[in-house]
Amino acid sequence: MAEKNYKREVISILVDNESNVLARVVSLFGRRGFNIDSLTVSATNDPKLSRITIVFTGTDNALHQIITQTEKLEVVRDIFTLGRDDSIYRELLLIKLRADKTARTAIREITDIYRGRIVDLSKSSLIIEMTGAPGKIDAFMEMMNCYDIVEVCRTGITGIGRDLTVDDEPCKA
Amino acid sequence: MKLTGSQIVMEVLLEHGVDTVFGYPGGTALNNYDALYEYSDRIKHVLTAHEQGAAHAADGYYRATGKTGVVFATSGPGATNLVTGIATAFMDSIPMVAITANVPDPLIGRDAFQEIYITGVTLPITKHSFFINDIEDLPGAVRKAFRIANSGRKGPVLIDITKDVTAAEMEYKPGKPLPLDKYPKARKKEIEEVAKMINKAERPVVYYGGGVVASRAEKELNAFLDLIDAPSAYTLMAAGCVGNEDHRNLGLIGMHGSIAANRAIDRADLIIALGTRFSDRVALNPDKWAHRAKKVQVDIDRSEVDKNVIVDKAVVTDIKEFINTITPMIKKKDRSEWVAQATEWKKKRGDAQCQEAQLHPKEIVDIACDKTDNETIYVTDVGQHQMWAAQYLKHCNTQHFITSGGLGTMGYGYGAAIGAQIGCPDKRVVHFTGDGSFHMNMNEACTAVSENLPIITVIFDNKVLGMVYQWQTAFYGRRFSATTPDRKTDYVKVAEGFGAKGYAATTPEEFEKAFDAALKNDGPSWIACSIAAEERVLPMIPSGGGIEDMIIG
Repeated sequence: MAEKNYKREVISILVDNESNVLARVVSLFGRRGFNIDSLTVSATNDPKLSRITIVFTGTDNALHQIITQTEKLEVVRDIFTLGRDDSIYRELLLIKLRADKTARTAIREITDIYRGRIVDLSKSSLIIEMTGAPGKIDAFMEMMNCYDIVEVCRTGITGIGRDLTVDDEPCKA
Repeated sequence: MKLTGSQIVMEVLLEHGVDTVFGYPGGTALNNYDALYEYSDRIKHVLTAHEQGAAHAADGYYRATGKTGVVFATSGPGATNLVTGIATAFMDSIPMVAITANVPDPLIGRDAFQEIYITGVTLPITKHSFFINDIEDLPGAVRKAFRIANSGRKGPVLIDITKDVTAAEMEYKPGKPLPLDKYPKARKKEIEEVAKMINKAERPVVYYGGGVVASRAEKELNAFLDLIDAPSAYTLMAAGCVGNEDHRNLGLIGMHGSIAANRAIDRADLIIALGTRFSDRVALNPDKWAHRAKKVQVDIDRSEVDKNVIVDKAVVTDIKEFINTITPMIKKKDRSEWVAQATEWKKKRGDAQCQEAQLHPKEIVDIACDKTDNETIYVTDVGQHQMWAAQYLKHCNTQHFITSGGLGTMGYGYGAAIGAQIGCPDKRVVHFTGDGSFHMNMNEACTAVSENLPIITVIFDNKVLGMVYQWQTAFYGRRFSATTPDRKTDYVKVAEGFGAKGYAATTPEEFEKAFDAALKNDGPSWIACSIAAEERVLPMIPSGGGIEDMIIG
């Protein structure tokens, strides 16, 4: 029936900033069987609104379903996809590594190349902070796999359209 | 004027023309019920036996009258008992406002006595819900609830109010119902494209559902069928839009639909789907369904497009608006041969009956139908009797056939019949049920007795859980797991025990006599009809099957 071309899309949802909103959105995803890769919730410049950014992998038809079902929620003010070419995506990474003196220099070098920062250091471990497009974070993670990773936290993607005419006119976020 | 939260609820209900509510009191709902006592000259409260019955009554009340049903319940179990009723309304897009009370705000989240997070429980089965712990938010929430319930694709809304808010006071400013949200408008070009497809089609079929009823577009639909000269098939949610004897009415579509309806869908070169969602009970196999046809879908809900069946063209708008816009774009085309062919198929029916039985389901429906007038409201429970009613009833008004379609709620019938009878005191209400469904909520007989409602309950008593029994017969080698309960219920005695009248019938003659007697009663009557366990609902297309898999006899 549906084409099996899976695509990765970033969807931005502006919602009323009130209790239960996240539960409503997530409950809908659960009920409809939408699997999402990541989800972030954040404030906007309008205290009445919050922004939810989700990354979703699926067919065009599944994408249509997730958007049209979500836009029916009373708390949803706006929903749109952030196209790869006309949006900026960013993600924050925090990674803790076990590293003694010998490994430290190499790790620092790689971190510099990727424009990350070492934000904590002890005799036997260090923590790196990095923001960037998800692809860059993935590449950095690939490099770090050679070292002794203790813990990884990624925030998931948040994104913003480049265009001035995007639908978030009322909130000018 | 300073009013309490509960009084404000009453005032806002009055603003919306509410004069009848259903429900059940309880500890946290005491203030609401005290206000109902005070407003009893303007708002009639119908007490049911169980909150589920009250929710179904509010649902049946809407379906019979077109007025939004309102149901009250207390916190905890009162609220959870509403769940099946709210879910039933949600699946059938029925507007409803459910007002629950919750424990006082300082106790929220502490597992207080009878505390339940009902807004959370009902998240997936409401269009929206409000948790009100500040009286300032209360009047707005009640007004919004009515707007949301009735806007676009309709559905239930829940308002959960903490008990302290029901007692708190604030200045009440009279208001008006909020205007409904605008429904999506289709572009003219889109509709022109559909008109082109229709003008080109040789064998179009209109397949329509509850969206036609929700839009109150029955008249427009009939005119549209005449205009494009096409036959039509309906879903369970739209029975009665087109006259039973009308040659354009091929009957019910889908799993237990007519041979004519399903065959026409299979042969058609264009399907025009109006206000319907290609459910798994209609498009049993979405890949094979109407495989010769281009498909056009018109619905008010954008998310229904391509959800179950991928269509060639979709128009997102209200059905009435669609028909009115497309009408001048249609070119006259002679399709009499196609219509005649489809009508010819109607002669073949798959209603094999048990030879040895003395009373057949079709006879029961026919007799009940013949003895009642055009203004009669038929309400069903869920199961075999529901399908027989859908297949054999000859009603021609969508508000006169009330049934749980999407959720398929056994136990829906009695509550819904009570709601319909309360809403339409001058009409006759006939409630068809099975012995399985009836055992779920027969307790509502006490409500029908208290309210002195002349509802005639016709029980198709085959002593088995018939629909599941039929599937076990056909697909599970007659391994009757949990469908032959060997119950000894004496319906005549139980009816009398409730204060209703009870009758038993084993032949058509006995049923006629019992029905005649029931028609003369002021209060509720039950007629238990003994039918054979082996009676089946036919035709039947098994899940995932196509027209070639249809079981006829």
